[in-house]
Amino acid sequence: MEIPAELEAKIEEVITHYPISKRSASLPLLHLIQEHFGFISDEAIGWVAKKLELQPINILELVTFYPMFRQEPAGKHHIRVCRTLSCAMAGSYELLNTFCKHANINSSTSGHGSHLLKSSDGKYSIEFVECLASCGFGPVCMINDDFYEAVSAEEVPQLLQKYS
Amino acid sequence: MSTATPLLNVQIDGVWHQFPKGTRVIEACMQAGKFVPHYCYHPKLSSPGNCRMCLIEMGMPRMGPERKPELGEDGKPLINWIPRPQISCAQDVAEGMGIRTDSALVRDCRHGVMEFLLINHPLDCPICDQAGECQLQEFSVQYGTGGSRFLEEKVKKPKRVELGPRVTLDDERCILCSRCIRFMKEVAKDDVLGFASRGSHTYLTAHPGKRLDSNYSLNTVDICPVGALTSTDFRFKMRVWFLKETKSICTSCATGCNTVIGSRQNIILRQTPRENDEVNACWMCDYGRLNFHYVNSEERLQKPQIRTAAGLENTRWEVAMARAAEELKGFPAAQIAVIASAKMTNEELWLTRRFIDALGGPAHDVVPRTAEADSILLSADRNPNTRGAQLLQVCGEQPGSRLGEIAGKVRSGEIKVLVALGEDATQCGFSNEDLAKLSSLIVMDILPNATTASATVLLPASSFAEKRGSMINGKGRLQRLNRAIAAPGDARDDWEVLRDLVQQVTGSNGVYLIEDVFSQIARAVPGMNGLTLSKIGDSGVHLEDGKEVTAAVEKAPV
Amino acid sequence: MIFKNIDRPGWTIDIDCYLKDGGYEELKKALGMTPAAIVNEVKVSGLRGRGGAGFPCGAKWGFIRPGETKPIYLICNADESEPGTFKDRYIIHQDPHQLLEGTIISCYAVNARLAYIYIRGEFPDGARILERAIAEAKAKGYLGKNILGSGFDLEIYVHRGAGAYICGEETGLIESLEGKRPYPRIKPPYFPAAIGLYMSPTIVNNVETLCAVKHIVRMGGGEFARIGKPNNTGTRLLCVSGDVLKPGYFELEVGGVTFGELINDICGGLRPGHELKAVIPGGSSAKVLRAGERYKLKSRQPDGSMVEHEVGLEELPIDFDSLAAAGSMAGSGGVIVMDDSRDMVWALNNINEFYAHESCGQCTPCREGSLWMKKMTERMLYGGGVPADPDVLKSVADHIAGRTICAFGEACAWPTQSFVEKFRDEFVAYGAKYGNGETGS
Repeated sequence: MEIPAELEAKIEEVITHYPISKRSASLPLLHLIQEHFGFISDEAIGWVAKKLELQPINILELVTFYPMFRQEPAGKHHIRVCRTLSCAMAGSYELLNTFCKHANINSSTSGHGSHLLKSSDGKYSIEFVECLASCGFGPVCMINDDFYEAVSAEEVPQLLQKYS
Repeated sequence: MSTATPLLNVQIDGVWHQFPKGTRVIEACMQAGKFVPHYCYHPKLSSPGNCRMCLIEMGMPRMGPERKPELGEDGKPLINWIPRPQISCAQDVAEGMGIRTDSALVRDCRHGVMEFLLINHPLDCPICDQAGECQLQEFSVQYGTGGSRFLEEKVKKPKRVELGPRVTLDDERCILCSRCIRFMKEVAKDDVLGFASRGSHTYLTAHPGKRLDSNYSLNTVDICPVGALTSTDFRFKMRVWFLKETKSICTSCATGCNTVIGSRQNIILRQTPRENDEVNACWMCDYGRLNFHYVNSEERLQKPQIRTAAGLENTRWEVAMARAAEELKGFPAAQIAVIASAKMTNEELWLTRRFIDALGGPAHDVVPRTAEADSILLSADRNPNTRGAQLLQVCGEQPGSRLGEIAGKVRSGEIKVLVALGEDATQCGFSNEDLAKLSSLIVMDILPNATTASATVLLPASSFAEKRGSMINGKGRLQRLNRAIAAPGDARDDWEVLRDLVQQVTGSNGVYLIEDVFSQIARAVPGMNGLTLSKIGDSGVHLEDGKEVTAAVEKAPV
Repeated sequence: MIFKNIDRPGWTIDIDCYLKDGGYEELKKALGMTPAAIVNEVKVSGLRGRGGAGFPCGAKWGFIRPGETKPIYLICNADESEPGTFKDRYIIHQDPHQLLEGTIISCYAVNARLAYIYIRGEFPDGARILERAIAEAKAKGYLGKNILGSGFDLEIYVHRGAGAYICGEETGLIESLEGKRPYPRIKPPYFPAAIGLYMSPTIVNNVETLCAVKHIVRMGGGEFARIGKPNNTGTRLLCVSGDVLKPGYFELEVGGVTFGELINDICGGLRPGHELKAVIPGGSSAKVLRAGERYKLKSRQPDGSMVEHEVGLEELPIDFDSLAAAGSMAGSGGVIVMDDSRDMVWALNNINEFYAHESCGQCTPCREGSLWMKKMTERMLYGGGVPADPDVLKSVADHIAGRTICAFGEACAWPTQSFVEKFRDEFVAYGAKYGNGETGS
């Protein structure tokens, strides 16, 4: 697996944040890997395990537990819509459907174990996530690392335009 | 002597008991005769407290002024009961602690946990190997609600996962107790199992790049409370309630793990470890555990045979024994050699020694077996009774040191008669050509091999599961094998064959019972004075110095 | 006080702005006090944890054994994930140095030399902001070795989570920080103040709580205790969402407003044409309160006697003790308001799905029960309800609460218990759908 020098340097630096136990660096390393490669491959799991002197199962346990880590690439732009009570009351279910419609994502293909829905051209992927902690201004969503509040259905097309 | 552990007063279901400090609450209850149902707790592993089956009511003494317990009319502390039920597997007893194992709250806790465990559990009992020894079945009868209110679809998980070469996993049956994960990490020192996903979708798995192939993998099957982890070898072979269970010991190395042989109609179906804290705790290695299939082999030698012009022919025992005697007569000790086995029981070794003496002391040795030890149970000495062979003078300090010399003398023609007892000479330095030079090759064994093929007299004997006797393990512990199944066909007990051989040579009356053989040994070996085969018991007896040999051993009469 | 700088015109998050406003003066003051003195001020202040449990902060700090030889760690719980709660977000994104200062003072008070800010993964900007703030503070000598010449060394690192609500549970957080699956630990014996991060004594505090510490040092514990009510001191960041016209976040004296004042005066009231139906007072884990309920409250009179009086939902003051007396909890301060257009079975189903997703799966009752409850309410919503459902829902919830390793058991059981109990008619109606032969849509 090709780890560019810059990424390797970041990884080494992050490990120094955990002087007591290298294992603590598991999550930060996985974040760095996913930010760079877009997802966590099986090879990456082995690489991180080796780097932290752990067993591959120790890393696999984490990757499959935390919903933010994905084992397959997302779309070029990843959308997260909040589904929890206050946002649902503000219309987040409808918002998800609106996003799917405009991003050409088939929302009915959600199978067991797979919570990542992608558009066929790979441009967008969408996820219905739990409370994003901005309940008073729902419905809220995130596109990549950007956060949007009080998103109305009308805004969706131009929002998607920003990310193409 | 260390200072005595203090005893603590604990009230269990209204009765005051005393337990040594450091006793786990759940163990204290069991000692008081109050079994507390549990899944994830195991006395040899860490306690995560996740199954919640062992919830009981707990209380601590009511403290009065000056932090002294308030006493009741019986002079014992009054108990403040904690409203929330507590698990009993992860805490030790404390002075004045109160436990209720059978209150309405405790019963309701158990109803709840049993119901939760069953809602996603597949209705696999008719095809599940665990049936009959399944704690989910047992506890649901004793502590469950007896009906289902679950109307939803059950969670689906992988159903026939090859976790490793010897273990098959059914993730739907798994109750996520984590015993297997903890065993692999804490005892087998091979952290290879873990949980993936989250919540009710959590499932047990191994990483595809690193499977469950440890030599201790099958212990996870033993400790799995349900039929999630199954032995691929035993899968679908037999309902456990049909198994005859015989306590014995493993004979695949010098550790001598205590075992249970599960058999039916003279076929061994499986071996499982038996708890003995002096030897193997409650574990055994996969290699020893699965090393029994050869016993069931269709190739087992079943008829005594003698060599005629036409080759090896079946015959009757009397004929074979007479032929053996005839072949041995007329040869001085210097032209005879005896290769015995460190897989033999003490009784067999004792009689072998008598045989050697009766022949005038020909060269003799056993075949050594060494391989790499692991730091857990597997010994570098892959013979189960090297100590016995040394003690009873069938081999010297270094087993196998004389084999080369014997082989050389066979090659040169100096030795004309070879007696091979349970060993294949071609595996320890003798070629087929060497054997062809012999005028007599008397073999006692259980399976055909190159030596049996060249035999002039072939005597079919018994495997470890077909005999009663004793062995001394590598740490000097005297342990007993018990007979689980009968030897096939006309094969006989090794000790009886040896006794008959001795009789043939010396002409004297033999012993009739194996107990008599043992008594002779016990009289001759100081460390074993006063013991009988029965007195060894199921857990064995540690011999003070298993290596002790006295002149009495050498000169003892038959 | 704590939200002084949120949405403040002209305010920027760099350290220079903070310093110009008098920032880090409290740190200087704290370093001139003994750690024990600071702990005492916090005890006197009556500060209760602002993350949800409301445990007295001074008492928690006091659990660290005096003369402890093992290293002590402090963790800032910035995993804000309780549905209905949105307060720590603003402190992190708009006033990071206040959090840092409060954290540094707290570390000094408990003698922690290594601290982590565990921030939820969905705040990537927040993590970057905090890391930048830490670098700024370090450059100016407020962090690192020999802070301001006091001899006190401290390193703080930001640690990002990855989308798990259970990492807000203090021992789940600790397991996650150790790089393992965030399974909460059994207590006893793993009380963090005794056996925490890396099996060493550890203090875990919420973002708002740590900020409050700074203000306690500034004004003194006694002054802080004069705000709010006895046993319910200081200010609280309340977050209001749902069917109000002006949802948002508000810093108010604890017990300083009632639900009626909060909803009608501060939040502009309900949507026109609607009546209040239900309020979830402290994050979705808190038991729901039904409009029209009456609660018996006890209050201590100046002469020391206890007087009991009855109030309705709108007159219920928002403080820890009153909400506990009302059978719920102040929790995380997340108030969700529902009017009469809301279907309670639908609301409970939404909440149940949250807990079913977020259950870590370690212990039997929560793992199996949380998904079971969600499947039941979902089936009921889609027309498959049977008459037994309301009672089975309650029974399942009763078999979870009090039987689990951590408080998630209560968190997932209380909504079901309270919704089914207080809005039973709606659940019975859904339960009759299938049984009646009606299949509903």
